[in-house]
This record gives sequence, structure tokens and C-alpha cells, in this order.
Amino acid sequence: MMAQAVDFNITPELRGELRGVRTKALILGVLGAAASAAGFFMEGPNQFYRSYLWSFLYVLALSLGPLTWLVLQYVTGGAWGVITRRSCEAAARTLPLVAVMFLPIVIGINNLYPWAHANLVAADPLLQHKAPYLNLPFFLGRAAFYFAGWLFLGWWFNHWSAKEDTLGHEAVHSKMSRMAGPGLLFIGFSVTFMAVDWILSVDPKWFSTIFGLLCIVSQNLTAMAFLIALMVFLSARKPMSDIITHRHLHDMGKFMLALVMVWAYFSFSQFLIIWAGNLPEEIPWYIARLNHGWQYVALALVFGHFALPFALLLSRDLKRNFKLLGSIAVFILLMRFVDLYWLITPGFRKDSFGVSWLDFTVPIGLVGLWLAWFLTQLEKRSLIPPHALHLEETLAHGRE
Amino acid sequence: MKQPIYGVMAEFESPTALVTATRAAVAKGYKKMDAYTPFPIEELSDALHLHRNKLPLMVLIGGIIGGMLGFALQYFVTVMYYPINIGGRPLLSWPAYIIITFELTILFAALTAVFGLFALCGLPMPYHPTFNVPRFEFASRNRFFLCIESTDPLFDRAKTCEFLETLEPREVSEVAH
Repeated sequence: MMAQAVDFNITPELRGELRGVRTKALILGVLGAAASAAGFFMEGPNQFYRSYLWSFLYVLALSLGPLTWLVLQYVTGGAWGVITRRSCEAAARTLPLVAVMFLPIVIGINNLYPWAHANLVAADPLLQHKAPYLNLPFFLGRAAFYFAGWLFLGWWFNHWSAKEDTLGHEAVHSKMSRMAGPGLLFIGFSVTFMAVDWILSVDPKWFSTIFGLLCIVSQNLTAMAFLIALMVFLSARKPMSDIITHRHLHDMGKFMLALVMVWAYFSFSQFLIIWAGNLPEEIPWYIARLNHGWQYVALALVFGHFALPFALLLSRDLKRNFKLLGSIAVFILLMRFVDLYWLITPGFRKDSFGVSWLDFTVPIGLVGLWLAWFLTQLEKRSLIPPHALHLEETLAHGRE
Repeated sequence: MKQPIYGVMAEFESPTALVTATRAAVAKGYKKMDAYTPFPIEELSDALHLHRNKLPLMVLIGGIIGGMLGFALQYFVTVMYYPINIGGRPLLSWPAYIIITFELTILFAALTAVFGLFALCGLPMPYHPTFNVPRFEFASRNRFFLCIESTDPLFDRAKTCEFLETLEPREVSEVAH
């Protein structure tokens, strides 16, 4: 009954507003990118690539996380999935841009990864032992393979979702649901290997078996926080103000709480096992991250990335309050920057805590450009898929 | 003078009728009432304002107490009573305490949830006046009951019966103590 009454298309006012945000994001992005390019020459390529690596991983999470949620909802269903589907699809359509953004890392491999230096490998038997996996052609081949898979999944679910709008759900259901299971499996494995390749191999002698899962959880948390912030923004404007109810938001708030807990659980398990083992090949990674000022960043993560959001999100009322939940989501998005910074940067700055000005301009540049691209994609389609499965139930969710 | 009663009970044939009646009774100003159905009805909880109760707060407090007990247990054992040097670590090695602290938090929170639920429901309860109504056994089959209790400030034996009759029940009966 609701389906006919509500128009899912972006209203002209909202389109104007989204374009305004997009212009601002684009200006910030271009300014950030220009300043970063200047920093490449002023601060040297090493600093540039170090700032670039963790900023890139943030943007990757912003597009890969929503892709995971998108694929997941064809396995599980759920009202929150229909509400966020078009936003997830738009985020998945930013993957070509993210693939282009990966190119500087390819160019900067020598500045980032010790195993890429022939003289270092020649002097170190352990690196020689790891060379069959950690070598340039295989590294690039794997990266190409991950991106090929992600781009394919993003294309597949966008393509059939667009078909659904004209042909109806019945015609495309099997295409989506058949690809969803294998797609999730691929994302799980590819992100695990990606975490090893792009993050862990900065410190090629260190290893942690839970790190891939931690990376998946972090990406999905980034995505959920972003989606909540976006939904709160859209819920104040037509047409979504007629569609999103506090129950949709409550469901997403529960996901965010769960992910905050899983993040803390994985992070702490990894720490506890390595701390308890205290082995010379494992513990240096934490020594670098818990000394010389980095311990305060770690403490900030314990409180800001876990304790505070956890305590607040326990409240049912808060999860149903659009503004408060949106604020927590934005706060978590900020903490995700801190977490990535703490994961990556101490690998290069083992002796002292430090922040370069490039650690501000590069993320601003990348996220600004990404956001502009994302908003361009978002306004291309209606905000709710009009022929989605369980659409009526989704719209009735919270109105009974 | 008649014997005091527990309340008056109306029997309805459909969940919709029960929900409508409950809303009417709440609108009339009655507070002490309860509804009995064969299956859970979401709208009924809304109509009776049953979503708010003290259990979440009790569980939170139980969890916090459990967590503190768990931490204190390990502190007293490893720092006060058996201070043993293990791998050169400080005696107060809190990372190692976290798992047991966490487990006891969950344990106490879960036990508080179970026993707090019993306490709030007044269980165990071998006798309840509503079973004095002969047809009440249908509450676990296919009938829906609304009982307004005599402790309600607005309760009046005759008037409350009359009021329930206006809600089109199948039957209204008095519930003896």
C-alpha cells in the first residue's frame, strides 16, 4: 500500500543539496590532493607514501565495506538492507576510482615495503624464505586479482539491481542470490590476503592469524558508521523522511554496537596472545605501538573506539535517536582514522610518536575525492529499489 | 457485604478485540490490569505500556558487579596472596585478567537476567486467582482475556463490570481471591 504512495526518487531540493555537498567535497579533495602532491616534493616520497597507505585503506573500507553489506543482504535479507541498498550500490560503484587510487602504492612499493628491496632480502634469510610469496610480480598479480573480483562483484550487483527496476524482482532474483554466497566467500578471502599484503608486509617478519578478520570487521564497521551517518542525513530530507523509521535506525545501531564489540574482541585477542607469548618474532610489533608516545594513541583507541561507543550504544533510546546515533557514527568514522594511523605509522616511526602534515592533507584529499564520486553515483538512481523483495515489509517496519 | 475479589475479567474471541478493549481501558484511566493470551501480541505490550521495566538496569548492575568481582578475585590471588613472578611480568598483569573479568561479567549479567525475571514476575507462584475463572484455561488455547484488578484506584465492582460489558466481550466474570 505504501509502495504506490511514496516516491523513491531524489527530489530536486535534495539533488541540489547533494550537489552542494559534492562541490565542497570536490574542492576539499582537490585542495588536499594538491597539497599532498606539493608534500611529495617538500617532505620527500617516503613520508608521502606512508601517509598515502593508511589514507588509501580508509577509502578502500568506505567502498569495500558497503559492497560486503550489499552482498550479505542477498544472503540474509532484512529491512535495513533494503533501506541502505542503493547507498551500498553507489559505494560499490566507487571501486574503479579506488582501483585508480591504488596506483600510487604500486609506484611507491619500494618506499613502503622492505621485502621489495633486493639488498635487504639478500641480507636476510627470513625474507628470502618469504620471497616466494612476497615478491613484486606476485604482489601485483594478487592486487590485480583482488580488484578484478571486487570490481566484478560491484558491477554484478549494480547491473542486476538496475535490471530489477525495469524487469521486476522475479526476473533477477536468482542472479543476485546465486552470486551472493560465493561473493561473500571471495570477499572474506581476498580481504584477508589483502590485509597481509598491504598492511602486514610493511613489517614482513610479523604475523597474526586474526589480522585478516580484524581488517574485515574494521571495514564493515567503517561502512556501517558511514551508512548510519548517511541515513541520518537523508532521513531529515524528502523522500527518505517518509521512509526511514526509528526501527530501521535501531537495527543499524545494533549492527554498529556488535561491530564495535567484535573489533575490540579481535584486537584484544591478538594483543593478549602476543603479550602472553612474549616471543621475539611477535612482540616487537606491539613494542613499537605501545612505547614512545604511541601508547597514548592506543589508549585513545581503547576508550574512543571501544569503551565510549560501547557504553553509549547499549542504550535502546539512543539507538532510536537519529541525531545521537548519527553523532556516534561520525565519531566512530573519526576513530577509524586513528586506528589505521596507529596500525600503519609506528611501522615506519618505531622510535617516536609523530604526525606529518601530510597525514592530514592526504586523507582529506582522498576522502574528499571519494565522497564527490560517491555522491555523483548516489544521485543516479532512486534512493530505494522500487521492486525490492520485502519492500512492503520494509516500509511497514516500525509503523505497525 | 460480599467477599472481596481479585478483579473482573472479560473474555474476548479475537486478539484484535482484546487489543481494542485494552486500549479503551487504558484510555478510561485503569492502570492495574493484565491481559492473557495464547501467544505474544506486540500491540498488546504497547497498549499496556509493558516495554519499560527495571530488568535492563538490573542486568547492567549485575554485570558490573560480576566484572568487579572477577577482577578483584584475580587481583587478590595474584597480587596479595600468591605473588609469583611469571616471566618477569608485573604482579598486576591486567591483560591476563580480562578474560575472566569478561566471563564473570557475562555470568552475573545472565544470572541477574534469569532470576531478575523470576523476581519481577513474582515466580515461583503456585497459586493465582485468575485460575478461579472456569473458562480461563482457554487462555492457553484460543481465547483472549483482560483482567482489571481490584487494587486499581478506579476499580468499582459494579461499574468496572459494566464498563467491560460495553467492550463487547464474550463474557465478563468476577475473579475470586
